[in-house]
Amino acid sequence: MEVAGEVLASESQLHVLAVDDSHVDRKVIEKLLKISSCKVTTVESGARALQFLGLDEEKGSLGFNGLKVNLIMTDYSMPGMTGYELLKKIKRSSAFREIPVVIMSSENILTRIDSCLEEGAEEFLVKPVKLSDVKRVMNDCIMRGETEGNNRRRVDKRKFEDDNHASSSSSSSSSIPSSPSSPLPSSPSTAATSSPLHSLKRAKLRDDN
Amino acid sequence: MEVGQMQRRLVDYTKSLFMEGFLDAQFLQLQQLQDESNPDFVVEVVSLFFDDSEKLLNDLTMALDQPNVDFKKVDAHVHQLKGSSSSIGAQRVKNACIAFRSFCEEQNIDATLRCLQQVKQEYYLVKNKLETMLRLEQQIVAAGGSIPMIELGF
Repeated sequence: MEVAGEVLASESQLHVLAVDDSHVDRKVIEKLLKISSCKVTTVESGARALQFLGLDEEKGSLGFNGLKVNLIMTDYSMPGMTGYELLKKIKRSSAFREIPVVIMSSENILTRIDSCLEEGAEEFLVKPVKLSDVKRVMNDCIMRGETEGNNRRRVDKRKFEDDNHASSSSSSSSSIPSSPSSPLPSSPSTAATSSPLHSLKRAKLRDDN
Repeated sequence: MEVGQMQRRLVDYTKSLFMEGFLDAQFLQLQQLQDESNPDFVVEVVSLFFDDSEKLLNDLTMALDQPNVDFKKVDAHVHQLKGSSSSIGAQRVKNACIAFRSFCEEQNIDATLRCLQQVKQEYYLVKNKLETMLRLEQQIVAAGGSIPMIELGF
């Protein structure tokens, strides 16, 4: 199995697939990514994204993509297939579940953010996306590639699920936030790793509220 | 008019657009993304915004003109317009869209018609302002000057 780090070393540039039905947003995200030294492919829908990746059922398992995709950034609200549905399809595919997926949305709805993170999204960016957001995502990707963070992340996610299924003595597993102002439950292990970014992002969103 | 004067005029004009709320920080972000490799970036994005918006406003006009208004469809169009105006920093258009969406939720036909007028007004205003600003920029560049970067103190 190819490790993300090896891919990065050989191609030296992250190849990002950006998915958004808005023409304006595709243009902006493309620029943000190019300025951050990425190769960019933009597509207008989840269906096109899957085709590009080669997940199109009609075309078989390997489509016409010449370059490996290192990161997918997708809008949430799109006609046809939403970003959430695209995320699920990617995370449930053995070939592509390793690719980090970032969701972008103009609406910071807590349940929406939760569902996306639960399904395996790396981050949830609130639109309009800024250069600082993109740079942070890039840094995460590079760090993950170098330190095999993917394996770490999977372990932590499983641990988090185990904590939830375990006896309810742990307070973190029993509290579900009912209002936007309460912090989300997270097991100590996830909080200690790359999830501080999630906490930061959630903190940011609370401030915006 | 010499270049220095034109540059000052541009800076004053651009600053007024921010002060009056036509544009917000996201527009500044776009300007900062422009560089020598892509000197027309802002013009291109703004043009896309104009094209998208005009289509959406037409779609909205038609959708609200139906005997049985499909508010879900109307809301979907407004959501798109809100998104693109937010992405380029057209703050007043975005805010008008936010108000519009709340009336869509209420399925209030009179209010939504008023909102459409409001959004159209804000759109044409910002379109006019942006075109003026971009024209000023073009004149400076044509005269051999460079576009001054706006620093916002607030």
